[in-house]
Amino acid sequence: MSDFCMPSLGADMDSGIVLEWRVKPGDRVKRGDIVAVVDTSKADIEIEVFEDGTIDELLVPVGTRVQVGTPIARLADGASPPSANGGGPPPEAERRRISPVARRTAAELGVDLDAVKGTGPLGAVVKADVERAAGNGAPVPPPTPPETRPAEPEGDRAEAMRAAIAHLMARSKREVPHYYLREDVDMSAALSFLERRNAELPVARRLLPAALLLKATALALADVPELNGFWNDGRFEQATGIHLGLAVSLRGGGLVAPALHDTGRRSLEELMESMRDLVRRARAGTLRSSEMSDPTLTVTNLGERGALEVYGVIYPPQVALVGFGRIAERPWAAGGMLAARPVTTATLSGDHRASDGVTGGRLLAAIAAKLQRPEEL
Amino acid sequence: MTDAELRAAVLDSLAEVAPEADPGALDPARPIIDQVDIDSMDFLDFLVAVAERTGVEVPERDYAAVDTIDACVAYLAGRVGEPA
Repeated sequence: MSDFCMPSLGADMDSGIVLEWRVKPGDRVKRGDIVAVVDTSKADIEIEVFEDGTIDELLVPVGTRVQVGTPIARLADGASPPSANGGGPPPEAERRRISPVARRTAAELGVDLDAVKGTGPLGAVVKADVERAAGNGAPVPPPTPPETRPAEPEGDRAEAMRAAIAHLMARSKREVPHYYLREDVDMSAALSFLERRNAELPVARRLLPAALLLKATALALADVPELNGFWNDGRFEQATGIHLGLAVSLRGGGLVAPALHDTGRRSLEELMESMRDLVRRARAGTLRSSEMSDPTLTVTNLGERGALEVYGVIYPPQVALVGFGRIAERPWAAGGMLAARPVTTATLSGDHRASDGVTGGRLLAAIAAKLQRPEEL
Repeated sequence: MTDAELRAAVLDSLAEVAPEADPGALDPARPIIDQVDIDSMDFLDFLVAVAERTGVEVPERDYAAVDTIDACVAYLAGRVGEPA
């Protein structure tokens, strides 16, 4: 038996409101399954469970705000439903035996389980009992409408997000001694690689430069792992995976930076697909908890309508942020010759507690080098 | 498809990627990206939506030829029904 607690979905979150339960007692869950939707001040997030088990009890009703770390559900270990024999301490004496399927069926048919007579082993209520009860016109309570939080004017949501960003960014600038580096990157090879590839592909499968920038950053980070991780309790903890946070600006203002899991291990096609999916879900407000809590370094890519360079504010507890400015044609001197080349300015904001400029410079150099060999990305 | 149908397809596709915009209120002769808040990924999604509705895949080299609503409709009119 274990408690499932309100997860922290970023350094700016100290509490959340349970908006919806996606599971009920008796449901079996696997690690990664979505069990609830939680309103953080920034977005509604789908909460994933951390371990396999069976939902024993939901501890928090819909609509309740709870602090991070508060148990919100109890999980029975293993695959056996909590009502099975020998599964942990006996529940309260009058607890009835009800099979998970029966519970589900009862919920679907709107049957009150208290009014159902069990005919299964040890008097357990099984699916057939519920169906019989439904057919017999057993007292059927009106289906309870899903509880919703009171309609929230758009303005409040935008305001809450602004406040969350203000809080986190102010904390970052107060606590994190940033240092900044810049490297201009010739994008000729990368762009002609994209042009050749995209010429043969239908629109839906075309790649954007952002896919190359992210992949190059993830691969470079594997070479410079000193910047991939978190500053916690006065020391740097290197992360095991490389999950780049992708800064996504939301329509109507605000910003979220959810994780593209295992960025460096995905093909460019997969990366592009995941990026599109992530941006879509970020804007629709359907991100998952692991996407909120897992980024190990954030990338902000200003895109074709953005400014030429960006020195971003680090998302604590991450220790660095990489920025890419708009790709623009600029004078480029190489081999004693001056030419016009498409160039992006890559920048790094580093946490000086965790690393020094030398390390940051190595990361930018590695990114630039990888972008010169796009076919290896 | 008639020009009117193509125009409707373009406007519907735009509404899909930029739900806050009112495509009918846009100036059809001005560049779309100057009037609607869309980035390169949104533009790609817009072209995907156009392709779903009209069957026309706009190649990358022709992006400049579909930058306004009018230009986009004219471009599609010249290609719709052609084998891909």
